[in-house]
Order: sequence, then C-alpha cells, then structure tokens
Amino acid sequence: MPTSSMRKSPPRRLSLRTLSLRKFLSCMLPSRTLPSRRLSSYALVLLLGGALAGCGGGGALAPAPEEVEVEINPVEGIAGDTDATATGLGDDSAAQTQGLDDASSADSGGGDALLAQRVVYFEYDSSALTAAGQAAVRAHARHLRTATGTQVVLEGHADERGTREYNLALAEDRAKSVADLMQAFGVESGRIQTVSYGEERPVALGHDEASWHLNRRVEILY
Amino acid sequence: MTAPALLLAMLLSPPAQAVLTIEVTRGSEAAIPIAIVPFARVGAIAEADAPADVITADLRRSGRFEPLAREDLANRPDDISAVQYKNWRLLQAEALVIGTVAQLSDGRYEIRFRLLDVFREQQLAGQKFVVPAARLRKAAHRISDLIHQKLTGKRGAFDTRIAYVSVQESPRKRFLLQVADSDGHNPKTILESPQPILSPAWSPDGNRLAYVSFEKKRSMIYAQNLWSGERELVASHDGINGAPAWSPDGTRLAMALSKDGNPEIHIHDLRSGDLRRLTRHTAIDTEPAWSPDGATIAFTSNRSGTPQIYRIPAAGGVARRLTFSGNYNAGAQYSPDGEFIALVTNQGNGHRVGLYSAANRSITELTQTTQDESPTFAPNGEMLMYATQVGAINVLAAVSTDGRVRHILRLQSGAVREPAWSPYNRKP
Repeated sequence: MPTSSMRKSPPRRLSLRTLSLRKFLSCMLPSRTLPSRRLSSYALVLLLGGALAGCGGGGALAPAPEEVEVEINPVEGIAGDTDATATGLGDDSAAQTQGLDDASSADSGGGDALLAQRVVYFEYDSSALTAAGQAAVRAHARHLRTATGTQVVLEGHADERGTREYNLALAEDRAKSVADLMQAFGVESGRIQTVSYGEERPVALGHDEASWHLNRRVEILY
Repeated sequence: MTAPALLLAMLLSPPAQAVLTIEVTRGSEAAIPIAIVPFARVGAIAEADAPADVITADLRRSGRFEPLAREDLANRPDDISAVQYKNWRLLQAEALVIGTVAQLSDGRYEIRFRLLDVFREQQLAGQKFVVPAARLRKAAHRISDLIHQKLTGKRGAFDTRIAYVSVQESPRKRFLLQVADSDGHNPKTILESPQPILSPAWSPDGNRLAYVSFEKKRSMIYAQNLWSGERELVASHDGINGAPAWSPDGTRLAMALSKDGNPEIHIHDLRSGDLRRLTRHTAIDTEPAWSPDGATIAFTSNRSGTPQIYRIPAAGGVARRLTFSGNYNAGAQYSPDGEFIALVTNQGNGHRVGLYSAANRSITELTQTTQDESPTFAPNGEMLMYATQVGAINVLAAVSTDGRVRHILRLQSGAVREPAWSPYNRKP
C-alpha cells in the first residue's frame, strides 16, 4: 500500500544495447509503457517495435528488433522493491521482465501479463470467449495496432470428445471468435490468419476434464 | 506432388505388430452352436492360415454363432461318409463344417468344404475354391459368408475390408492410413504422414479411398486409388476441407468446406469438377452422409445451439432436424437399407454409438462406453465398427446393431482410430 515515504523517480532512458536484456528473455514480450501513476511491483518495460517471436514454436519468424528507447519506470512503495530496482539496472543476472499479475489493473488491462498469455480457453462445445479470454485478446489486439505490419496466426483446437470432423469445425469457430474480436478492436483482417487442428494436436494427453480443459484452446502465434 | 516426408506405398509384407486381435466381450444367447472341424490336409502342405481357424474366428465375432471348443472335436471327419450325426447331436451342435485343403502342383491350394445340418443329416452347402497361398484367408472368409447366409438367411460380411488410421509414436510420430481385412489381418499402409489423417471414406466400388490429410499443414481432401496408389487432390480451399462422403453412384463427393466463412455442406462432382453448395447457415454444418438411394444427405449442424443430425435433399432444399434428444448427436452414417442412421450420441452418459430409427424417430444407445466415435456399418448392416478407448488406449470395436454382441480389435502397438468398413468387394 502506498505510504508517505514514496517518491517518484524520474524515468530513466537507456538503450537496449546497454541493458543486454534480450539475452535473458526466452520469450520476447511486447508491452507498453506503464503510466507512472501505476502502483504495483517493479516492472521493466520494453518497447519493441515489431519485434515479437512466438514462444511456442509456431508462427513466422519475427524481424530483428530495432534499437528503441527503453523507458524504465520504477514503481514506488513496496518494501524491498527499491533494492530490486537498484540491482535491476545494468545487472544482467537480475534482469527479467516481471509481469503484472494484478488482475485488478482494469485501466491498462494488465499489460504484460495478458500479452504473455498466448492461449485462450473455451468451455465444452463452445466457441464463446470467456471474460479472461476477451481481456487477453484485447491486449493482443492493442499490441497489434501499435506493431503495424505484424501478422498473427490463430490456431484453433478442441478436446478429444465427440467426432473429429465436428471438432475440426468447432476449433475453427474458436479461432474465428478470436479473429472477430481482434478485428472489432481494429486489427486489419489481412493480418490475421486462422487454422484449425480440431482435436488432432492436444497439449494434454489425459482423459479427464483437467486435460480436456487445456486442449479447448486457441493459440495466438506471431 | 509428394512431399518428402510422405510415402505412398502398398507394402506387401505388413509389420507384424500391426495385426489386430479379436476378443469377443459379450455373446448372444441365441447363438447357433456349430462344430468346425479342422480341415484335413491332403498331401504335404505348408502351414498357412488354417481355414477352420479363420472360419471359427469369423463366426464367433459375428456373435450369431457359438463354435464348439476345439478340444471337444474328438472326431474329425474329412469326408461326408465319415460323419456320424448322432455324435454331433450329443455334442449339441446344430451344424457341422468339414473340409480339406490340398496343394496343387502349380503351388495353388484347393479348398473344399461342406456345411451339414446335424438334425436333418443333410448337406446345406458345399463348395471348392482354388486360390494362391496369399488368398487362403480370403477363401476362408468366403466360406464363412456362405455359412452365415445359409444358417441365418442374411448375407455375411466377412470377406470385406476396413480402413483406419494408426498412430505410431516412435521413432517419431507418424500417422498411417491402413487397409486391412475386416478381422484386422494383412494390413497395408496406403499413406504415411507426419501430420494427421482423418475421415477415410470408401468409394462405392471399393477401389478408392477419400480422406482428409494435414500434410500441407492444413486440412485438404484427397481421393486415392488403392490399386495404383495414384491420388487426386480434390479440395484445398481456404479454411476447412473435411468430411468427404461418396455418393452411392460414385460420381460425387459431399464435403464440409468453410471457404465461404463457416463450414457448409458442398457437393463436388468428380467428373466435371463442379462445386455446389447445399447448406446456407452461419452455424457449423459438417459430416455429410448419403442415403443409399442417393436422394438425401444427413449431416451435423449446431444451428440449434448443440450439434444435432439434420437431413436435406441432395438436389437442394430445406434442412430438417432429425434428432431431438441429448445435447450431442453427430457423425451420422446411413444403414445399407436406409432405415437407420448410426451416430455418436450423448444422452447424458458420455459419447456413445447410437442408432437413430427413421421409423419411430428415436435414438437407441448401443454401447456403454463414453468415448466412442466414427461408427461405420458393415455392408450387410448387421454390425457397426467404431473407435473407442479401452483402458485409455485407442482401439477399434464392433457392436451388433441389436446391441447384444461386441468384440474389440486390439492393435498390438500404436493407437487406432477413424475406422471405415468397405462395401462388398467387387473385384474377385
């Protein structure tokens, strides 16, 4: 909780070369600059124009990130984080993006955490996005609107129950739900590709709801 | 065009581990007790598939016969003159099968058999076959068909084939489209791919298989000639190309295409290349199935909110809903006589194979399992083969259309799915 000892530091600007952060990110995550009034855990913010690489092995290779300015906004107030702030700068070993897990950050939509979410899930026999799914899609759509030219592939999947052909259609419907919402958020349809694998590419091989839930999904691939 | 990772092959020596074995899990009390005596061997004969073993397995898995145990066959007559009917009546056999196998000078085999009525003490059928060694099993299946016909009045379906997809995990994941005898023997791989294969469908003349292949990283429909291995890319539109189904005259393929925005039933004319769209609805429409007279197409649609079976005239017209019970009805297949539609149904007990009756418009569940899919009729309409799970392993099973008998075909390695039962063979 904010206390009177908080003070706001001016944002510092560093180039990517100085920070050498990319070495330590297995997934390069797009994110946006946080408004400095955000009060939560320390986050290192990177602006990577058009430089996204999918983590899951799917999708096209992204162009190399261009040199951009990085704005670091240390966020005040939480005990112990000021130490982390100090060591975070220039210390490669500690340099990691910390996503925002605070779901109550309604104004900016959760930023990094939602963009880090590359999979949205669905209920049985449904292609309707859940509230969580919609939030993630919105974050991706917002990113896509800033990262002009980037293509996205939406892979639809289904759990094993029922017939394979119906599941092929259901999985496509799920991918289209995500595509439609992205378009509603202003992403041009030409940048979005959908493909359905039905139940043919499960990520979880069990025969119970724990596995089925994980397989009823759309993967967002850059 | 063939991708390097694909093999189109008719392998003549199938891998040993691909043989299916059969367990009969439930029997019928009305099964006919029948004694099948091992066929006498005339002259030196290489041990091939013993006809009596093949016939015994065939008749047992139909559920309509109860073959006597081999140990009870103390008497093994090889000639009708040696038959003592009283002994067989004491063993409570109603019918007796005897026969001989001889190797001819040209290397072929001559098989003779007689089917005898134990009570009336007379011959019901007798025939002679001359076949090469590779066709010994086929001759035995034809004998089983004759026995089935004579004793039940219905044509047997033992001399038939099945197509199915087998998934191998090592050394790397491979999908194999295979064709085997309907008892699982003699599997031949007709397509091997690192990507999924779905929905094999037999042409009515039994010479071609249509199927869905993901070899190009998305669904496309091919039609392949089983004898030559040649294949045609039939549908590669944007979106889904799925669920191919041959018209009864073999000239058209119904299919599900989502190129216009959502999956719709289309009919593709194989001769002219014409494509005609049949359904017009924003919902999912897929899994077309032709009625035997070619006039109607049943299909799956979730336009009501859940997947249900509908029918539409093949010439075009209004779709009419058929199924109203359960929250899931899909995978329709017409019976050969057109009176029933097999389907996958969930009436609250999981996904089971069921039978929809056109006459009384109701669905009967035929299985008690929960993960069933892909029902396919034997060409005599007496049995349905389907894919299911036994102990978390994907296997094929078959159930009689009265639901009373079932057998499981167990692949010795790998997982099996997507069975399709062939029509009656037209090639000799």
